[in-house]
Amino acid sequence: MDTTSAPGAATANGKAHARAWREGSKPEVGSWREKSGLAQMLKGGVIMDVVTPDQAKIAEDAGAVSVMALERVPSDIRRDGGVARMSDPDLIDGIIRAVSIPVMAKARIGHFVEAQILEALGVDYCDESEVLTPADNSFHINKWEFKMPFVCGATNLGEALRRIGEGASMIRTKGEAGTGDIVQAVTHARTVLGHIRKIQHMDEEELMTEAKNLGAPFELVLEVHRTGKLPVVNFAAGGIATPADAALMMQIGVEGVFVGSGIFKSQNPPKMAAAIVKATAHFNDPDALAEISRGLGDAMPGIEVNKMADDQRMEKRGW
Amino acid sequence: MVETPSRERRLDAAIGNGPEDRERLRIGVLALQGDFFEHIQMFKRLGVDALEVRKASQLAGLDGLIIPGGESTTIRKLIDLFGFAPELASFVGRGAALWGTCAGMIVIARELTDPYPEPLGLIDIRVSRNWFGRQVDSFEDEFEFKGIEGGPFLAVFIRAPVVVEVGEGVQVIASLDDGKPVAVKAGNVLATAFHPELTNDPRIHEFFISMAREASAARSARDG
Repeated sequence: MDTTSAPGAATANGKAHARAWREGSKPEVGSWREKSGLAQMLKGGVIMDVVTPDQAKIAEDAGAVSVMALERVPSDIRRDGGVARMSDPDLIDGIIRAVSIPVMAKARIGHFVEAQILEALGVDYCDESEVLTPADNSFHINKWEFKMPFVCGATNLGEALRRIGEGASMIRTKGEAGTGDIVQAVTHARTVLGHIRKIQHMDEEELMTEAKNLGAPFELVLEVHRTGKLPVVNFAAGGIATPADAALMMQIGVEGVFVGSGIFKSQNPPKMAAAIVKATAHFNDPDALAEISRGLGDAMPGIEVNKMADDQRMEKRGW
Repeated sequence: MVETPSRERRLDAAIGNGPEDRERLRIGVLALQGDFFEHIQMFKRLGVDALEVRKASQLAGLDGLIIPGGESTTIRKLIDLFGFAPELASFVGRGAALWGTCAGMIVIARELTDPYPEPLGLIDIRVSRNWFGRQVDSFEDEFEFKGIEGGPFLAVFIRAPVVVEVGEGVQVIASLDDGKPVAVKAGNVLATAFHPELTNDPRIHEFFISMAREASAARSARDG
């Protein structure tokens, strides 16, 4: 993949923030290459939701490539109801101090001030997330304005390309967070990847109308046509609860996984965490996966998404 | 392995490879976690089919191995889980070329200033993780490289380490203004704090190919 210039280059030109990290030199900071480059470093890895510094440490020890600092995991947000917001800076600070791996945190959709606060805290990646209650009914954050990179959820290709057009340097499927049911993550990954394959094989004449139908920037549709992949790293999220779930998503074609409630709502979190890390690295080796899946205790208790009321579904948030 | 150069040359002639592609270089990229795909793409551009290495047994047939960028704690853990540590030591011991980029540099160092992960000690350098700060402090800048021609090289530093101490016989190829090395070489081992695979400039990959070529030639000579 070409990581040297922003997709749909015009959007990035002149917007990268420069800041000297030492006297007498002006290296470029917060460039597209650095933002999307960090996501490249996360590939083949597992990003785990944690709510305390101790959990962050367990995640790091298990081999997580990054942790998502939260006050409540999605299944608890779902249970508690009410408005879900950015986490307390004290909690995020505590988790940043506890581990050496990158720390992500969530801002509400469209809540650019929460994102500004996360950037000020030194958060390494911001998840503009449907798991929190949206702050804007029409617009997402203009992510080009930040040095901090962003990951956003998507249920289909148009949504993914709109988020990238707004500056997201990493995409994840939305799945249905906090359920332990993989079905929506599978649906979204297949929808996105299947659509990419379709565009790859279109005639060039068809691409503008396809961009119109998708509601996606034309330059990005062209790039998908040319490269056969998203211009940024693509992870799976939402409903991953076992090593087999993680390997399933990897075999379908994503580049890494987020595990939310699946680790710390399981019976033996350190064991489950390590097993999901191993399964993600060796996703294509059934013998290894059989060994990895043994004796892990109970996975998180699940909720079947297909029996949920529509208004309970977080995946529908985002525009 | 058992193939002699002359036999390989005959094979290449048979499949129409030019003399410049004559050596069947065997380069692998450790594909447990991180940006191994970008390295493989860069080698492909240079006409070398690099292999994704997921099992320690694959090291036996290689002339060169890259440990890519990624999360050093994760990669280090997976190295142990999948039994790579002793194999990597004998890989370097037999003279094959090894290159660590960013997390890879951390993993192969002799010592870290940080409490973890435990490095493998494959090159005599002391390394400090996340030297420049967090992701918002990641940057790119141009550096001159000793022994690499064609002007400055654009280096991308992502939550990058630096070398704070080099042992005897370690050659510094590029350093920061304050003298801290960001690219070093000791014999058949190369380490860079940054990510040449995220640029379009293949010169450091070419440099590594020449290291692997030396290893391959030495091996062919030894194996007769």
